[in-house]
Amino acid sequence: MPPVLSPAVPTAAHPDPARPRSALGKLMITEAKLLLREPITLFWSAAFPVILLIVMGLASSATQADLGGLRLIDTYQPILIAFAATAFAVQGMPTALATYRERRILRRLATTPVGPARVLAAQLTANLALILTATAAIITTGHLAFHVPLPGNGLAFLLALMLTATAMLSLGLLVAALAPSGRAAGAIGAVLFFPMMFFAGLWIPKATMPHVLRQISDFTPLGAAVQALQDSTTGQWPAPVALAMLTAYAIIFAAAAAKFFRWQ
Amino acid sequence: MPVIEVDQLHKRYGAKVAVEEVSFTVDDGEIFGIVGPNGAGKTTTVECIEGLRRPDRGRIRVLGLNPERDRAQLRQRLGVQLQEAELPDKLTVAEAIDLYRSFYRHPADHTALLEALGLADQRKTRYRKLSGGQKQRLSIALALIGRPEVAVLDELTTGLDPHARRDTWALIRTIRDQGVTILLVTHFMDEAERLCDRLALIHSGRVAALDSPTGLTDRVNTEQRLRFRPSAPLADQLLTTLPEVTRLTRTADEVIVTGTTNLLGAVTAALARDNIVAERLRVERTSLEDAFVALTGQQP
Repeated sequence: MPPVLSPAVPTAAHPDPARPRSALGKLMITEAKLLLREPITLFWSAAFPVILLIVMGLASSATQADLGGLRLIDTYQPILIAFAATAFAVQGMPTALATYRERRILRRLATTPVGPARVLAAQLTANLALILTATAAIITTGHLAFHVPLPGNGLAFLLALMLTATAMLSLGLLVAALAPSGRAAGAIGAVLFFPMMFFAGLWIPKATMPHVLRQISDFTPLGAAVQALQDSTTGQWPAPVALAMLTAYAIIFAAAAAKFFRWQ
Repeated sequence: MPVIEVDQLHKRYGAKVAVEEVSFTVDDGEIFGIVGPNGAGKTTTVECIEGLRRPDRGRIRVLGLNPERDRAQLRQRLGVQLQEAELPDKLTVAEAIDLYRSFYRHPADHTALLEALGLADQRKTRYRKLSGGQKQRLSIALALIGRPEVAVLDELTTGLDPHARRDTWALIRTIRDQGVTILLVTHFMDEAERLCDRLALIHSGRVAALDSPTGLTDRVNTEQRLRFRPSAPLADQLLTTLPEVTRLTRTADEVIVTGTTNLLGAVTAALARDNIVAERLRVERTSLEDAFVALTGQQP
């Protein structure tokens, strides 16, 4: 048997073992792999919105005057994109991070040269990648199966999507900062998810909401998100107030998360 | 030059003083133990050495580096095993090793390390499916993957069965023989006794004693004790009259004799004169646990 602490020898995977792969890249790949091993999270956050979209597509035939001249599926596409973003960012990610803290994984990383902050960066990147993938799946399914038009203003849509994802990931970090355990983070995530999705129009689309509810919705994170995504899908630039709300939420949540986050 | 220097360390959490005053040095190639009851300040002390906590007062140097100021440099050279630190449930052994390798500039050969730790067959096993001993060995592997010059191991064998504990001890000796200085935190006295070259006994935030395990037991070793089964009936007076014997008691079939140094020679000589053989003779010496109780007035 070779000595326990013998130096690394070159292999196919590591031709130059003295310089291993970048730690951040490795952490990102690892976190992404771990996320893909969570079938329940993946089903709820990515598959379920697509299934819901298909159901809406089968149920909607003609345009509806009460939906502002859109079909049911056209109305729901941005809502389901917000669903996927929120499920990954506010339910899945904080549960994982709070569990990491609870099980002293973050503290263990603090004793290594890379430190624990990069595992946060890796989690954010992995979740953002999955949010973008789920969004692409929703848009592709809607377009190919039900002729939902592709975003009319691609740049505006991308901006709205990135702002939505950023605001939700920041909120996820805040939940992870405040939750004492992984289980608590899951519970807080669920408590936030349902009211936010209500104002996004999951149960009553915004167009059919009573006036007061619609006004409140405009000032909630997902109400603003759906508005911005909807506007850019129909080819317009989103209302400045929606973009401003999303930006403000992103900054507030991120600042609060930075203030309250504990590594142990 | 000592590898670890701790000089008058003091650390409090709010009103509670965790470490009152702790000083010790660890030399190159030593297995140095920090022993003491739960809550004595052991973990706080090593967390200051690891740079995870900021001392309120006192000076710490590891490999000549300041754990706070020279954090980045030290973390390449210091391996750490934390008490109760886990890994993600669905991460495999190989993935964990591969991930931690990427953190260090000159990592160890993972195949050799996994083989030496008996984890070669578990490469594809997820963390959740590992046994307690395997999890502990993986944790040691991750502490060593960066080929550290110093390894800090906190409560190494807690939760392991006796067989796994012995294997782990042998492994620690092997690692030391390869030139790694080891700082071991434990509340198991038998572990400290068998493994450590020197140890600091910490009690209520202070160093109660600093010595080799034998040195510590010698300090409180005032008497010896023999137990045996006499081959023929034995009159008490035969032994109690000896100057070396202070006390004699009997169990159902054994005689227990307590006395001073050279007790064994005096008793066996006296028995031989009467043609009595001391069967199943055992000499009981003071254990580190006894020394601990004597030095701290408390159960470990």
